[in-house]
Amino acid sequence: MTEIVARDAAQAAAATGVPTRPSRSWTEIGSEIGDRIYSWSITGFAAFVPILLLLIFLAVGLAAWPALRTFGFSFLTSSDWDPVAGHFGAAPAIYGTIVSSLLALLIATPLALGVAVFLSEFAPPWLRQPVAFGVDMLAAVPSVIYGLWGIFVLIPFLREFLMPFLRDTLHLGVLPLFNGPAYGSSMLAAGLILAIMCLPYISAVTREVLLAVPRSQREAAVGLGATRWEVIRDAVIPYARSGIIGGIILGLGRALGETMAVTMLIGNRHEISASLFAPGYTMASLIANEFSEATGDLHLSALMAVGFVLLLVTFLVNAIARWLVWQTAKER
Amino acid sequence: MATAQTTWGGAPSGRQRAVAERTQRSIRRRRVRSHIMIGLMYAAAVIAILPLLLIVIHLLRMGASSLNLAFFTQTQRPPGEAGGGMANAIVGTLILIAIASAVGLPVGIGAGLYLAEKRATTVRFLADVLNGLPSIVMGIFAWSLLVKPVKHFSALAGGMALGAMMIPMVTRTTEEMVRLVPISLREAALALGYSRWRTSLSIVLRTALGGIVTGALVAMARIAGETAPLLFTALGNQFWSTSLRAPIAALPLQIYNYAISPYDEWHTQAWAAAVVLVGIVLVISLAARVATRRRYGAGD
Repeated sequence: MTEIVARDAAQAAAATGVPTRPSRSWTEIGSEIGDRIYSWSITGFAAFVPILLLLIFLAVGLAAWPALRTFGFSFLTSSDWDPVAGHFGAAPAIYGTIVSSLLALLIATPLALGVAVFLSEFAPPWLRQPVAFGVDMLAAVPSVIYGLWGIFVLIPFLREFLMPFLRDTLHLGVLPLFNGPAYGSSMLAAGLILAIMCLPYISAVTREVLLAVPRSQREAAVGLGATRWEVIRDAVIPYARSGIIGGIILGLGRALGETMAVTMLIGNRHEISASLFAPGYTMASLIANEFSEATGDLHLSALMAVGFVLLLVTFLVNAIARWLVWQTAKER
Repeated sequence: MATAQTTWGGAPSGRQRAVAERTQRSIRRRRVRSHIMIGLMYAAAVIAILPLLLIVIHLLRMGASSLNLAFFTQTQRPPGEAGGGMANAIVGTLILIAIASAVGLPVGIGAGLYLAEKRATTVRFLADVLNGLPSIVMGIFAWSLLVKPVKHFSALAGGMALGAMMIPMVTRTTEEMVRLVPISLREAALALGYSRWRTSLSIVLRTALGGIVTGALVAMARIAGETAPLLFTALGNQFWSTSLRAPIAALPLQIYNYAISPYDEWHTQAWAAAVVLVGIVLVISLAARVATRRRYGAGD
């Protein structure tokens, strides 16, 4: 009797589509297996991130080893880059990378902080959206298009107008920085384009940390009679300081590794020159420019070594920046 | 001032008046300074936007005069000859984006789920650092792993390099989006007897899908214009090729090669390519915006 009832129930269930209750242990086993498979697979995917990083270090480091072993420390200090004679020293590229990036930061930082404070504190709502969108778009423009624009618009402008103006009209030519013939392709061109390119990164992080500053901090300053600027200077910025510095260092990381626009504008010459008007080289542009035409294994390895130095530096810079931003965000 | 006089009883002394005046002056000075600084912030906003406007205007002006139907249907002509197009580069860029997405999206989304569920700080930190590494380093890395052993450049190597760049971006956006899903939703599903993996995939992931799609599209837009990782992997190709095992043309590579060439005809073509590339990036970005809006729309 009970058997028949059970069978009827099962048939009814099958007909109406309502599932009969399967044995509990099977469900449990099933979901346990499913959970385990799921857990393994997402762990596997997540493992890609550290493995990828490790592989990059290994692959580039191993390829760089012959050159690093041959030249040792002088690889970093020598400015003799001669593929024919087989001498490789990356000093001009390292110098160029540092100078162009610092120049970019010098120009971009005040602007980026200004924009970020403007957007988070002062901007009227109708202006906030378009300005924020515009700054975001600056980050979305591909690097090669900055380079294209730089070659055909920025460089003629520098050569015909800005460089003569700085050197002769403002008489800055007495300084070695602004001395010499006005080549278009120069450290200055690279610095300017890098400034435009790393501005959105600095301003985005700064905006983010400014938004994390509690309202009470501002209200307290206003309550003490501070003007709108004093609220920013004395209450908001000190609170967000380490995050802002993190943002600037993040911008530095971008500038150090930026390749295409710089390769197209810096003039690509192995020389350390005090003048910003002279062409130079950066580590990234050196690789981009010579890698596909590398003659011989040592040349290739030297380029890999440049890549390895760049990798190490940007890794450290990014790690420091992330740590600083994370510190501020943690206080939230 | 009047109240102060009554409280103190009597006319203010000379010293009091001097203090009051000094305070007034200092307040005025501070106000002026505040106005100046705010003015400077406005100026910063204008200066920051200026390059974008200049680039867009120039791009449109140059692009309008050099874009035509042939650009989309033909391949490149020999140097010095006007005309021709970049059909191969447009298709090549789309193929590279597809390969990169096939590699980067599943890994990125999986890793993002892991970060959101396990709260692994180290992996998140490494993803951020990976995200900041120069794209040229990704290029030489992909070269030494995928080009050097097989001794020929290929579309596959280029796509993989771009895909590797996508992984940390997609990972971080996926994590953020999954974290936005209310914990109560997860709890409700578990209480109804859903297993953990089904809760994660069909409740949490499904809820966060709009945001994840947005993140994926933003990452695709970013790698679409990348040039440096392709220099030694996809290499570029002046002929029509869709083979994954052969070098393939890509818009950014073509722009680079044409821009640094000495031929005026090629410069014109570079501008046309730039317009098309920005167009592709813009379409993907707009799609991302639509996906975001739909997500917020559904939430209300």
